[in-house]
Order: sequence, then C-alpha cells, then structure tokens
Amino acid sequence: MSALLSVTNLSKEFGGVHAIEDLSFEVQRGHVHSIIGPNGAGKTTLFNLVTGLYQPSAGAVTLGGRDITGRAPHKLCEMGMARTFQNLQICMNMSALENVMLGRHRHLGSGALAAMLKLPGLRKADRHCREHCRELMTFVGCGDYLDHAASAMPYGALKRLEIARALAAEPDILLLDEPAAGLNATETEALKSVIQKIAGKGITVVLVEHDMKLVMNVSDHLLVISYGRKLAEGTPEQIREHPEVIAAYLGGGTRERQAQEVPA
Amino acid sequence: MKEARAMKKNILISPYGGLLLLALILALMPLAVSNDFHYDLLTKICLTATVAVGLNLLVGYAGQVSLGHAAFYGAGAYASAILTSQYNLSPMVALLSAAAGVGVMAWLVGRPILHLKGHYLSMATLGLGVIAAIVLNNEEQLTGGPDGVGLPPLSLFGHELSVFGEYQFAGLTFTGVELWYLLAAAVLVIAVLLALNIIDSPLGRALRALHGSEIAAQVAGVDTAKYKLRVFVISAVYASVAGSLYGHYSGFITPTVASFEHSIELITIVVLGGMASTFGVIIGAAILVLIPQFLTDFQELEMVVFGAILMAVMIFLPRGLLPSVLQRLQRGAQ
Repeated sequence: MSALLSVTNLSKEFGGVHAIEDLSFEVQRGHVHSIIGPNGAGKTTLFNLVTGLYQPSAGAVTLGGRDITGRAPHKLCEMGMARTFQNLQICMNMSALENVMLGRHRHLGSGALAAMLKLPGLRKADRHCREHCRELMTFVGCGDYLDHAASAMPYGALKRLEIARALAAEPDILLLDEPAAGLNATETEALKSVIQKIAGKGITVVLVEHDMKLVMNVSDHLLVISYGRKLAEGTPEQIREHPEVIAAYLGGGTRERQAQEVPA
Repeated sequence: MKEARAMKKNILISPYGGLLLLALILALMPLAVSNDFHYDLLTKICLTATVAVGLNLLVGYAGQVSLGHAAFYGAGAYASAILTSQYNLSPMVALLSAAAGVGVMAWLVGRPILHLKGHYLSMATLGLGVIAAIVLNNEEQLTGGPDGVGLPPLSLFGHELSVFGEYQFAGLTFTGVELWYLLAAAVLVIAVLLALNIIDSPLGRALRALHGSEIAAQVAGVDTAKYKLRVFVISAVYASVAGSLYGHYSGFITPTVASFEHSIELITIVVLGGMASTFGVIIGAAILVLIPQFLTDFQELEMVVFGAILMAVMIFLPRGLLPSVLQRLQRGAQ
C-alpha cells in the first residue's frame, strides 16, 4: 500500500496564531481517511492548505510523490484532486447541471475560437459531458433537480451537488469538508452510501466531519487534530479508545484525568 | 415545483430563438422607418449594441467591471483612421489590424490589471480609460488632437460604401444610409451569435463561474486569471470592431469616443438592459442612443439623466430591464 497524499511538517500562521503546527500524516491510496477534531482545530485550514487555497508558512505536501506545496487549485485539479466546501461554493447564477458540468472543465477543450464557432468536436464533447453529468447527479442523489436552477435547490441537495461537481473532474483523491453538516438523519444515511460507493470506485477520500457515527462507519483510517497539532492517528477502533481523544472531545484539564481513568 | 416549471420555460425560450427574433426585427425595421435620420439612429444603436454585447460578456457574465471600455472602442476607431489615411491601408485590412492590435493591447494591459479584484479592477480600468483620452487629445500629429481626425468611407470587396452614395442591387436602389444600417445590423447579429456560442460552451461556463464563485471555478480546474484575461481581450476586440465601423460610418471622430463619459454610458447600457442578458443589453443600447434625441434642447442634462437612470435601475430593477420584465411575465403566467 502506498501513500497517495503525504503532508510533512506543515505549518500555517495567521498573524502569530498557529492554525496548523508541524503536522505530518499520510493518506493511503484507496482509503477513506477521516480528519476529526474539535471546532477550531484547524481542519478546514488544513484542507485549504492541501488544496492550494492557502499558502503554508512551512512544510510540504506531496500528491502521488510529486511536490504540490502551495500549487494553485486549478493545477491541483488537473493533477486529480477535487474537493467540496463546508460553506457551499456553488455558482448560483448557473443551473444545477451546469455546476456539475463546470467540474468536467479539465476534460473539455476550452478554446475561445472553438467556442465562438461552436465547432462540431466541441459540441459533441459537450453533449457527452451533459449526459455524464446528469448521471452523476443521479448517482449522488440529485436526480430530482436535473432541470433546476442551482438557486432553487435546498441546502442538502446543494451539498450533494458539490460532490457531483467534484466527481465530474474524475479525481484520484476527493476531499470532503463536512459533507454531513446541516443534513438530517435520512440524508446523512444516503451520504454514507454515496461515500462508500465513491470509495468503491477506487477514489481516495479524505473526510472532515463532525458526525462521529458517519466517520466511524466509513473510515479506514482516522487523524485527530486539536489546536492545529496531531493528537492521535489510527483505525476507528484505536481512536475510539484513545484517552487523549476522549479528553479533547470532553474538554481539557481535570476531565482529561477523569477520562483516562474511565475504562474504555 | 414552481421553480422546476420556471426552468423548463426558460429552456423553451432558447437563446437561439431570441437570435432569430432579433434578426427578424432588424430585417423588418426598414418597413417601420422612412427617413435617413431614423436609419442613422438604427445604425448607431446596432454599433453601440455590438460593443455592449461584448462588454456584457466581461461584466454581466464573468462579473469583471470595466470602467474604461471606451478606450478600446476609441483605439479601434483611431487605429482605423490612422491606418487608412496615413498608411493607405484598405478599410477592411485596417479594421482587422486594429482589432488584432487592440486585442494585443488588452492582453498586455489586462495581465497585471486582472489580478486585481472588485473595486481595484474597476479603478485600474478607469485609469486606462483616462490615459487613452489623454493620449488621443495630446498626440496631435497622429490623432489630430481635440479637433479629431477624418476617415475615408468603408469599402467592401472593392466597392465603397458611403453614406451619401446610391447603390443598385438586383434592380433595387439602396441609399448608402440604408446599406450602412443593413451592415451594422448584420454585424450585430453575428456579434450576438458568437456571444451566445461562447456562453453555451465550456468557456462560457468557466466565465459564469468566475461571477458565481471564483473559488468553485478554481477547484474545478479553471485558471481564473487566464479566463478573465481571455474575456477581457474578447470584449476589447468587440469594442474595437464596432469603433472602427463607427469611424468609417461617421467619417470623422474626436477623442470623445474614448472618453470617460462614453465608458460610463457603456456600463449603463449593460446594467440597464440586464447583466448577463445578451438581448437585454441590446434594448439598453437602444434606450441610451435614443435618450439624447429627446433631450436635444437640454444637452447638458444628458449625463444627469444617465446617472438618474442608473440609480433608478439599481434600486427598482437590480437585475436590469429585460430579466426583470421576463421574471414578471413568468410570474404572471403561473
């Protein structure tokens, strides 16, 4: 088993605040790798560093052995990385389907001349893209919204739409930032099966999520961070019984000792 | 469900249906007008609408506000003037060279400017417009300074097209003014067709994504800086071609074609007609060309009226005339 994504001694400072501090971990190819931690632990910052939206203060990120530290997001997309956002990033001025089609950008010719003249090759590719993206929408459970404007969709469906857009790029690795936030129990259950199906296609998934039931169910491996540092790492079973993790989730100080005393 | 129905209706009213309607209206216009003055207004509307359709790609679709677009219009007009009268190039060759030159200019200027966001981009393009006006006013040897410069009539396939001429085709007699209108209308239809093609393509989706969510565009693999530059160049070329044609049509241009006021007028057209509505901006262009005709006795009020219109639209119809009207109609139909 080889590491697809590896993060080495990564740090990010915001005006003296260490959002991420000297963090190292590896994501194995084909795994569902979850990153958990209390609010403000730096999970989203970590995602933004890995996906090129933030520049790290120090450290390195490699994807499939290639150094991608601080590389622009669109270049990372071309290298097979896709992501979704905790706070939706949907183009509300476009239809739902067009949002997903945007995700296939890297697979379509985008020359200005070909577009202006509507050359047959481009037209054909675009038609295929449309079909493929309709299928993807159905796959993630947005089949009811094939002809909708994005602005007319409910929150839960928009979260799935982002996943469809990310999948449209045919990524090797997919980073999901709190996909279950704001979803009800039924929607979360549906999300779980979508994540499992994605993993079943051989796509490596990195998941940031607060819903512990979901995380424990779908993950092969977990990374726990707190205050920007690694707290623990391991399989769901190992993490569930890890004293420091329990302490971090229950709160620090005196409770930390209590937690250690509680038999797991 | 309401939204679902609304969406379906939008698909029925396909943009290419709109293009046919536009072509039909333009073709039937001669039945409705009688004198040269009307043809003159129609020609100006078509040329102004051509600039607006290009500017709308940048402002309405890609969400990048340019406050200096008259600079490219003026550059096209002046390049045509200089290349034809001082270098003896034929008008069509001059027009195409001007368009290519303006495209390169927009690319060079746009590269640093388009890394700026929001208001900074607007301020930088504003500066560009001001510089263009100053250059045109002061480079007297080349541009004739504030007095302006003359252009020869346009020539197509060896035939001169002068507004004062009379032409025979298949037994019919056309005046130069009529032919100029038909030419401008054809240019507008082509401009709209190319714009619609762009919008309905991967390039168009990338551009609209810049407006919708730049971050979404980036993670979907869109090199946002490159696409901003592209649409900036495309819209500049639109402006240049319309500027060159206007120069030949009017036969004489002054630096006011590249003035700040003209840039504001162009932005007003886009906002008034409807951001991201290709047909809306044509209506916007018609309105802005016609307003001064109703204000001939109060010329100094022109800018005041433009300003008032812009304010009223922003307050009451923030999406612009055509999109707002279409929305009302749709609601009424349900």
